[in-house]
Amino acid sequence: MTKARRYMTVNSFLTEMLTMSLKSLTHLQRLEAESIHIMREVVAEAENPVMLYSVGKDSAVMLHLAKKAFYPAPPPFPLLHVDTTWKFRDMYALRDKAAKDAGMELLVYQNPEAVEKGINPFDHGSLHTDMWKTEGLKQALDKYGFDVAFGGARRDEEKSRAKERVFSFRSANHRWDPKNQRPELWRLYNARKAKGESVRVFPISNWTELDIWQYIHLEGIEIVPLYFSAPRPTVERDGLILMVDDERFRLNAGEEPVMRSVRFRTLGCYPLTGAVESHATTLPEVIQEMLLTTTSERQGRAIDHDQAASMEKKKQEGYF
Amino acid sequence: MTVNDPIYKTDALIAENIDAYLETHQHKTMLRFITCGSVDDGKSTLIGRLLYDSKMIFEDQLATLEADSKRVGTQGQEIDFALLVDGLAAEREQGITIDVAYRFFATEKRKFIVADTPGHEQYTRNMVTGASTADLAVILIDARKGMLTQTRRHSYLVKLLGIRHIVLAVNKMDLVDYDQATFDRIVAEYTSFAQSIGIESFTAIPISGFKGDNITGLSDNMPWYTGTALLPHLETVEVDATVEQSQPFRMSVQWVNRPNLDFRGFSGLIASGTVRPGDQIRVLPSGKTSTIARIVSLEGDRDLAVAGESVTLTLADEIDCSRGQVIVAAQAPLEVADQFESTIVWMDEAEMVPGRAYWLKIGTQTVSATIHAPKYEVNVNTQEHLATKTLDLNAIGVANVTTDREIPFAPYAENRDLGGFILIDKMTNRTVAAGMIHFALRRAQNIHWQATDIGRDHHANMKHQKPAVLWLTGLSGSGKSTIANIIEKKLARMNRHTFLLDGDNVRHGLNKDLGFTEADRVENIRRVGEVAKLMTDAGLIVVTAFISPFRSERDMVRGMMQPGEFIEVFVDTPLEVAEGRDVKGLYAKARSGQLKNFTGIDSPYEAPDAAEIRIDTTQISAEEAADLIIARLIP
Repeated sequence: MTKARRYMTVNSFLTEMLTMSLKSLTHLQRLEAESIHIMREVVAEAENPVMLYSVGKDSAVMLHLAKKAFYPAPPPFPLLHVDTTWKFRDMYALRDKAAKDAGMELLVYQNPEAVEKGINPFDHGSLHTDMWKTEGLKQALDKYGFDVAFGGARRDEEKSRAKERVFSFRSANHRWDPKNQRPELWRLYNARKAKGESVRVFPISNWTELDIWQYIHLEGIEIVPLYFSAPRPTVERDGLILMVDDERFRLNAGEEPVMRSVRFRTLGCYPLTGAVESHATTLPEVIQEMLLTTTSERQGRAIDHDQAASMEKKKQEGYF
Repeated sequence: MTVNDPIYKTDALIAENIDAYLETHQHKTMLRFITCGSVDDGKSTLIGRLLYDSKMIFEDQLATLEADSKRVGTQGQEIDFALLVDGLAAEREQGITIDVAYRFFATEKRKFIVADTPGHEQYTRNMVTGASTADLAVILIDARKGMLTQTRRHSYLVKLLGIRHIVLAVNKMDLVDYDQATFDRIVAEYTSFAQSIGIESFTAIPISGFKGDNITGLSDNMPWYTGTALLPHLETVEVDATVEQSQPFRMSVQWVNRPNLDFRGFSGLIASGTVRPGDQIRVLPSGKTSTIARIVSLEGDRDLAVAGESVTLTLADEIDCSRGQVIVAAQAPLEVADQFESTIVWMDEAEMVPGRAYWLKIGTQTVSATIHAPKYEVNVNTQEHLATKTLDLNAIGVANVTTDREIPFAPYAENRDLGGFILIDKMTNRTVAAGMIHFALRRAQNIHWQATDIGRDHHANMKHQKPAVLWLTGLSGSGKSTIANIIEKKLARMNRHTFLLDGDNVRHGLNKDLGFTEADRVENIRRVGEVAKLMTDAGLIVVTAFISPFRSERDMVRGMMQPGEFIEVFVDTPLEVAEGRDVKGLYAKARSGQLKNFTGIDSPYEAPDAAEIRIDTTQISAEEAADLIIARLIP
């Protein structure tokens, strides 16, 4: 009794302190407020917005923020997954569940030409990304007439993204012109555009990889199990550890899948995404590994290995 | 200290107790700062150094960096940190950053967002953009060169944008043998300059970004410096959130959340103050009052929200409240006005056109606004006031702004969110300027519209007609005046009460003080629009014949009239045809250079893209054109 009573006194004292003194916002609270503000601004000004949803951790955070921004209403726009048919099976499972939980419509788009030609990462090299992702995205946006698309890109991902605006304008043929972007001051975003033009909006521009992980931890956001270590069938090829996620994976002569304890730092098409050997099975352990690691996040992706400026070229062509 | 020894090495806590580490890091605060310096002040090197020392550079990036340093670096075989932050491909070749880039790093105490902006002359625009969201500015000076013109410019802009915390980083101390006298001399010079432009305080730190002196800890090379090193200073400087929280409550309504008939929430980011259920509020500009019922969130209702948070509020009463309105503490309302004196920073290649209507976005509201001719331009290097008629790219001036309706606001010095605005060109949709409100002009408050007993309907009914404006636009010599004249004669025969306003004629009287510059042409059309409006109020059918070359001015006049009353007639005559006719000999004069700013020759004509009527004069006669237009007016 005495103990409980003292607890209450301490508690009410703390409440008193809280209401009397001013509250200093943490970095995550400031980032959250900014992202929500950006999303609401889009919904207020766009005609037909959509959220690009790639099922990764950044998409998970973006979706969670959207739920917060519009609560108690569901986010007033659909989710769009530009599919390549080559994502991990776990990703497809979470994609469908997350959309359902959020009460949002899920649109899945596959470039019909890529479907027909059977474009795949084994035979077609960079054409795989061009046709499924770059072309697929353009086609999907045109098909539904979306004028604003939310994307989960962050400025800390690599150098050319550091200069990307939050509201990034694209010409009628989806091209990005780095010399012709609008200045963004204070919290004022200019969303006006001519017919045919569109805007890519990046609400989590100012989040870093660590912020993302901390927020997922703090808010208990569901992410794809592939981010956690588990024994998985893998092969080692060109310095990358690749997961043999289904029977379509073509083994080279002499290659034999080996069970390794691995997890993924970023998720894409499974034959193109390198795993890291790890024993991290909880979020704090994943964050611990991330902080102790010595290589950058994108290193696991084959796309921008060749030259530092390759992402920039891709972006001008319309890659997200 | 060497480059291989970053002091902010991986925290031992990460390896030992990750949960404790996460707990600490969830309570970090955030500081946004801007670095300002000239091309050679070592700004990129300093930022690269901060990223490196705070362990934000990974091995693969370091490998790329080492290779790049040897290939294009400017530091010989040593690591060129500047390459870490110099962005886009084209810029890397030139060796200069030409935009605003945002960088991120974190220490145990804080997360930092750095706005990296270029220092050279033509990029005031970028620095103003970067400074608009910064809590602190680091102004870099090369110890060998001392204060430069750029230093004055950067300091003036930092002060203009209202950044309260300033660090004067005297860089490259290694190149002046860590000499205290050099540092003291620069600080003394800067102190007197800072006072002259109203900077009340700053912190001076002698550093070497390249060598790492006084960055993360005090350097042995400068024992005479007993202050704080740069990074510890950035970690501990007080963030201004508390200043905003102690002001009265203000929130611009961003979005009305209405999932069903039982719920009506008002979403927005709190610009200042705090809010609790039960607080008395007022909605501006309507002035309606109510009480906060709930602060709604996904995790359940909250009992307190503070400046800087995005929230959804419900009110106890059903009162009108929509996007753009501002919810404020009932006992401390904001001022509401439609005329302001403001500082304007021009950011577009096309110069400002006084009198033209632009979109003005402030808070969550977008209104139509016109900028008056600047009172003066400020020389950003010397802070002198210069006389000017307009502002061009990167120019800063002070001008009055008139909005088409009253808006709630606070002076920029009090609150960035409620006093800062952008201007958007109505045709190109580009963000052309940033503005900061000083104060409201009293003029608007004292002149009220005089309601008259005989209204416009009465005037029109007496004449048995519907007032209208037939606005003929087209090149000089396209046939506007000829067609307008025939229209008026035909309408007179039909007993309609009309008046013809002709371009040449009004310039003999009403507009004889105006020339043919872009600004004067805008004013010419504005006055004609106002006269036409008075005439429609009097019940008349007004026919006008003006080149009126700019879309935005034609749209401005359209906006003055009642819906449906403005009928735009595009008298479409190709330039060669109009020039071939050359009734007044003006094209010949323009071609020979005797006439400046002649539409179609050295001044543009923006053809209408949605005119109510288009007349192709190469296909039909003036008579037929007049009949066509009248048929549209009186079906």
